[in-house]
Amino acid sequence: MGLGAQMSPKLTIAPLPTVKAAKGAAAVVTVKASLPPGYHANSDTPTEKYLVPLSLKWTGGPLQAESVTYPKASSEHYPFQKPGDKPLSVVTGEFSITTKFKVAPDANSGPASETGTLRYQACDNRACYPPKNVPVSVTVSVQ
Amino acid sequence: MLSTVAVAVVLGTVACAPKAPARRAVKDGKTRNPAPDFALKDASGKLVHLSDYKGKVVLLDFWATWCGPCGIEIPWFKEFERKYKDRGFEVVGISMDDDGWKAINPFVSDNKINYRILLGDDKTGDKYGSVEALPTTFIIDQEGRIASVHVGLTSRKDFEDAIQQLLETPPADSVGNGTRRPNES
Repeated sequence: MGLGAQMSPKLTIAPLPTVKAAKGAAAVVTVKASLPPGYHANSDTPTEKYLVPLSLKWTGGPLQAESVTYPKASSEHYPFQKPGDKPLSVVTGEFSITTKFKVAPDANSGPASETGTLRYQACDNRACYPPKNVPVSVTVSVQ
Repeated sequence: MLSTVAVAVVLGTVACAPKAPARRAVKDGKTRNPAPDFALKDASGKLVHLSDYKGKVVLLDFWATWCGPCGIEIPWFKEFERKYKDRGFEVVGISMDDDGWKAINPFVSDNKINYRILLGDDKTGDKYGSVEALPTTFIIDQEGRIASVHVGLTSRKDFEDAIQQLLETPPADSVGNGTRRPNES
C-alpha cells in the first residue's frame, strides 16, 4: 500500500574542495547545497517556534568553528497558509552556508577530515517531510 | 420556425442529459483494505490500538508539530470531533515528531486540540505505506477498513463528505452478518 511519489526531497551537497589551513590562522569553508525545484526548507531563523531551522553543526576534526553564516532567507507565503498568516522564512534552490574556522597554533600538520551535519526540514506546496540530517565532510590540509 | 425547433432540440438535449454522478468521497465497500492495527501510547501513557475504535468512523491523521499544512487541517479536525463525536466518529492524531511529548504537549495545549493524540513511530508509518509526506490522513470505516486516503493538504469538504458518507451509510456487509447488538436476543 505504498503512497506513491510523496517522498522526501533530497538535498544535495556539492563536493567540497580541500581547504588549506595555516596553523594559528583562519580558514573558511563554504558548503553549497541545493533543493529540487518546488521544495523549500526553513531558514536558520524560521518565523514559527515549531518549525525546524536550517542548521550546520561541525562535530569533529582539527578546526574550531567560530561562526556560521547562513544564506539570506526569502519571505514567502504558501498555498497551505491562511491569508493572514505570517510569511515563512525559507531557502529554495541553490544556497551556500559559510563557516569561519580557527586553526589552533598547535594543530597537527597534514591532512585531516572536518566533519559535521546539515539539518533541514523541507516542504512543498501541500505537504512537509521529516527533518533530515546530511553528513558534511571536508578535507583539511593543516600547514 | 427552424430556429425555434433548433432551440427546442437543444433544450431537450440538455434536459434529458444524464446528471453527472455525485463524486464519491469514499471507496466502495468491497474495495476497502483493512487498516493495519497498531499499539501506540497517548499522552497519559495508555496503550491505544486502532482496533479499540471498531464500530466507529475514524479520521486517522499522521502529522507533526513542524508541519505547516498539518496546522491548517487541525482546526477542521477539532470541529469534526465536536460535530460528529456523538454519531460514532473520532479523530485520532498520530504525531511523527522525533522529539516526542516534549514537542507535542505544548503544541496540543497551544492549539487546544480536543481529540486523542498518539506518539507515532516508523513501524506504524511503514504499516500505512511508508508515510513520509505530512499530513497524510486515512478515513477508516466502522469495520476498520480504509475508506479514503489523503496525502498532503486536502480540502475540508473532501474530509467532511467522506465522514458524512460513512456515518450515513454504514457498510452493507455489516448488516445481517450474524453480529448481534447488545439488546438483541
